[in-house]
Amino acid sequence: MREITFSEALGEAMLEEMQRDPTIFTYGEDIAKQGGIFGAYKPILGKYQDRILDTPISEEVIFGSALGASLAGMRPVAEFHFADFLFTGMTAVANQIMKFKYMTGGQGKIHLILRGPDGISKSAAAQHSESIETLFMHIPGIKIIVPSTPYDMKGLFKTALKADDPVICFEHKMLYAKKGPVPEEEYYIPFGKADIKKEGKDVTVVTTSRMVHESLKASEQLVKEGIDVEVVDLRTLIPWDKELVLESVKKTHRLVIIHETWRRGGWGAEIAATVQEEAFDYLDGPIMRVGAKNVHIPFSPPLQDFVVPDYNSVINEVRKVLNV
Amino acid sequence: MQHDKEFLIGFYRTMVRIRNFELKAEELFLQAKLPGFIHLYIGEEAIATGAMANLRKDDYITSTHRGHGHMIAKGADVKKMMAELYGKETGYCKGKGGSMHIADVSIGVLGANGEVAGGLPIAVGAGMAIKMQKKDSVVISFFGDGASNRGAFHEALNWASVYRLPVIFLNENNQFASTERVTETTSVQNIADRAVGYNIPGVIVDGNDVMAVYEVVKEAVDRARSGGGPTLIEAKTYRIKGHFVGDPVLYRNESEVNEKWQFEPISRFESTLFEMGIITDAEKESIWKQAEQEIKNAVNFAEKSKYPEPESALQDLFESDTGYDY
Ligand SMILES: Cc1ncc(C[n+]2csc(CCOP(=O)(O)OP(=O)(O)O)c2C)c(N)n1
Repeated sequence: MREITFSEALGEAMLEEMQRDPTIFTYGEDIAKQGGIFGAYKPILGKYQDRILDTPISEEVIFGSALGASLAGMRPVAEFHFADFLFTGMTAVANQIMKFKYMTGGQGKIHLILRGPDGISKSAAAQHSESIETLFMHIPGIKIIVPSTPYDMKGLFKTALKADDPVICFEHKMLYAKKGPVPEEEYYIPFGKADIKKEGKDVTVVTTSRMVHESLKASEQLVKEGIDVEVVDLRTLIPWDKELVLESVKKTHRLVIIHETWRRGGWGAEIAATVQEEAFDYLDGPIMRVGAKNVHIPFSPPLQDFVVPDYNSVINEVRKVLNV
Repeated sequence: MQHDKEFLIGFYRTMVRIRNFELKAEELFLQAKLPGFIHLYIGEEAIATGAMANLRKDDYITSTHRGHGHMIAKGADVKKMMAELYGKETGYCKGKGGSMHIADVSIGVLGANGEVAGGLPIAVGAGMAIKMQKKDSVVISFFGDGASNRGAFHEALNWASVYRLPVIFLNENNQFASTERVTETTSVQNIADRAVGYNIPGVIVDGNDVMAVYEVVKEAVDRARSGGGPTLIEAKTYRIKGHFVGDPVLYRNESEVNEKWQFEPISRFESTLFEMGIITDAEKESIWKQAEQEIKNAVNFAEKSKYPEPESALQDLFESDTGYDY
């Protein structure tokens, strides 16, 4: 199968759906001429120039206008530039987009997407490195997609472009250049369906986004020690695939959850709580959580490496839960 | 400006309907029949009425926490409005929104808004949609003087100006933001002066003169429909009642209110209509009677309606799945 990058996968999803649906348009900072900081919109440049707009640095309007545009019949895809700057216009997201349908007793189809990069890169420091997906899981009202591969990126984004609910898509900066197999034929990936990225029988690792790759790397190391890890990629957090996680835990009897966002109050805690409520009798050990240490992402490389988890953190927790 | 009798009487009728809705809402609230809290539009009726007379069904508005008048003038069903104030299942939002969140997307009301200035970015988005769709609809975004001190106002005006969007920013300067006087909190003498910073027309109008509001908004709407971009209009008015029903109003004297009441829009327009010989005592009587009856029917409808089933609180988060049980 041909291989394309994560950002090319996003671009292809946009291109295919824009061809099909003339109401899709996209806007944000630094996208119309450059195709986005990571080049994801390059496939649409020149083809749909009137549907890709550079905007003022006005985050509250970038997000809030998406609600107005969707209520008026369009399918806006608004870019948040960096996950950290969601906070800049957060009231439009949390008070308007996420509440509108519920507050109005189900009125309107809020087909809009907020998308952009999150996570660490090479020393971007505290205001350009955050992973804040948990917040959107905590506050009701938006679907969350967190793809880890080009295949998932394309399939999930195409589904998002047909959805009738607001969707937020977190694209890890360190994944944009990553290549992976993507078929030529069209496909969609439904929300709420996790993907077993590697089957295993000894311990379940539940994760998303870049940490899928760290978990796979850890599993390669652990297999040499005779430990067979099952890597479950949730792919979407709202909704999240409870059934598949429970099934996997019932098979392996052990669970480690890993995310790049902070360990304290991170979404791993939600998964852990649900599993102990619904599959307590199947567990042979405590559920372990791996996340960033509870400080901001620091600048200097050794500091960043210390704060953010990686495959070694997964290996350590897996060994702990297996008492080896 | 020549207008026929029915057109002018229509203004009067709409203002009287809003007034009656608000007086009844106040009474019901004081009788503890309405939960939550409500903000009354009494004394500001001319703005919604004059403005909305320029709109079609396919035009949009965004409203505010003080939004009953906007809803009625845009053609909302007062029964469903009243039922929503009661928190009943027949209300506009099935009891999930209340006074501050009433919306009717089907007639272009993209929501009242509990967040001050929350509607401006939404209005701008609707304006973008209209432009992308190459339609000639327009959007009116209503907001208070207090709202003009929020970042959303400034972002929205700049944005609408840059893209020449068909959005009319209609400021209702009722002199107060809650307990604070506009003069204490605002850097400009007139909110309309802020238009200069965004390179769009800024117009001041007497917000208690329904005809004047109509004319000024007409010019802005015509400009917007023909691709001329946004306008900022400041309608100067006065909030006759407290910020919300039950407000102890410790920030002004009763004498000030009494003085301002002399200029309230309904009796002012009524005098004009009598002077022009357009209305008779009997017609006036009948308009008030009809409005009272309409609101009475709305109250009956609301009182007879059921409260929503508690479990219905779990519905309406998403279009395509439950959203709460995972
Ligand atoms: C962002 C935000 N801040 C504060 C409030 C609380 N609040 C509700 S109405 C109001 C005053 C608004 O004044 P103005 O915009 O002039 O409108 P008016 O009430 O005079 O119609 C305040 C402070 C709010 N709802 N939203």
